[in-house]
Amino acid sequence: MQYSKKVVEHFRNPHNMGEIKNPDGIGKVGNPICGDVMWIYIKVGKNKKGQEIVKDIKFKTFGCAAAIATSSMTTDLAKGKTLDEAMKLTRDDVKNALEGLPPIKIHCSNLAADGLHKAIEDYRKKSKK
Amino acid sequence: MKRIYMDHAATTQTDPEVVKAMEPCFTKKFGNASSLHQFGVEAKEALEESREKIAKLINAKPSEIIFTSCGSESNNLALKGIMYANKKKGNHIITSRIEHHAIIETCKYLEKQGFTVTYLPVDKYGMVDPGAVEKAITNDTVLVSIMHANNEIGTIEPIEEIGKLCREKKVYFHTDAVQTVGKIPVDVKKLNVDLLSSSAHKLYGPKGVGFLYKKEGINLVPLIHGGGHEAGFRSGTENVAGIVGFAKACELAEKRMDKEITHLRKLSKKLVDGVLKIENSYLNGHPEKRLPGTNNFRFDFIEGESLILRLDMKGIAASTGSACSTKSLEPSHVLTAIGLKHVQAHGSLRLSLGKDNTEAQVDYLLGVLPNIVKELRKMSPLAGK
Repeated sequence: MQYSKKVVEHFRNPHNMGEIKNPDGIGKVGNPICGDVMWIYIKVGKNKKGQEIVKDIKFKTFGCAAAIATSSMTTDLAKGKTLDEAMKLTRDDVKNALEGLPPIKIHCSNLAADGLHKAIEDYRKKSKK
Repeated sequence: MKRIYMDHAATTQTDPEVVKAMEPCFTKKFGNASSLHQFGVEAKEALEESREKIAKLINAKPSEIIFTSCGSESNNLALKGIMYANKKKGNHIITSRIEHHAIIETCKYLEKQGFTVTYLPVDKYGMVDPGAVEKAITNDTVLVSIMHANNEIGTIEPIEEIGKLCREKKVYFHTDAVQTVGKIPVDVKKLNVDLLSSSAHKLYGPKGVGFLYKKEGINLVPLIHGGGHEAGFRSGTENVAGIVGFAKACELAEKRMDKEITHLRKLSKKLVDGVLKIENSYLNGHPEKRLPGTNNFRFDFIEGESLILRLDMKGIAASTGSACSTKSLEPSHVLTAIGLKHVQAHGSLRLSLGKDNTEAQVDYLLGVLPNIVKELRKMSPLAGK
């Protein structure tokens, strides 16, 4: 498989891999195309301006190298961002940060961004209660 | 880093003796086997000598060997050739769900052309039931095509028995023997086959050459029309170098077979025993009626492409039937046919051993694999649930 150096790097040593005990939000997503499964856990905190931010983020992924690398990159991109900024992260942001993905693996980047958005939505739903 | 090749079902390294045998065909005996001059005569001699050697390995007559460019072409020629030549006899083909794509896709194409195809199911080991073949035969059936051994899981099919009942029912019988010729004994008479496909690069021969065995007297419509080479069944200037290499590979296979089978069985046993010590791991395919070197496993909670790439980082070349590794993003049709769920097929690993693999290499694999599985499971949301 022709993966970029960045993808291989993140696949070899994924960042933020694991789970968060008592997370503020969890995004569980499954890929209907290939069958991959991804869970994103977040802990929410506040920055100096008092805005809610992604204070900590971890992932667990059952899937191919692209799925693992996109999970890893998504957590890197989201960490420290405000929730509003993190909600705006797109699959293209993930793909570009990884210096591209093979065409057949583009759907993996969808999954990671979806997982992140779902985790934030999960937090927002819970915190409204 | 050392590199260990455990993907012999995909292709094999061309044997140095094969390369040596081929070399003069490029430089000195480069003639066109159809030419009348001395160069042509030399090439023709090399071609016919090779045909004899290859025929001998499978107990056929030299005139029953049609050279092609690969196993896929042989399969296409067998299926399309026989169906088009027997349109008056009927339009029904029987095959199995675990055939190679070169059979399945050819069948799908023939369906579009108006032929009907029955795809027989297999049991959990990947075995075709001869009784099911018999039941599926109708007055309209022209051809039964069942592979000799499966390329992914290695299961060896009851070809002799299916062949016998095809004879009784007077339908043609083809077997895709790409995984077996040169690996285990293949005798076309004993197997009761009318057509048999093979490819050189699976048995330490070169890529780009295959053959179709066609029993004497059977007619086929050719795929490639032209100068009438190969008795009119396959036009195109013969790939003499490739064919000479193929013949050398067959000669070596015949000589080495018994020893190689013993060697591979021993290595495979060690490999299987070792791999199955990993928790939640299973062997796919038949535990005994399996090719001596082909071993297919599955590991719960992890995905095959990740596994392959992690093994590759440790220098080990293997393959998987995971959906993530295919162009269609569908899991292997073989693994789903033996009853595996999509998620189970995701975690498959094929380690196909060859003559040059050693015990030390198996030990190395067994040393690194458990850790890779453990690491990937640590990453998986499905593990430990």
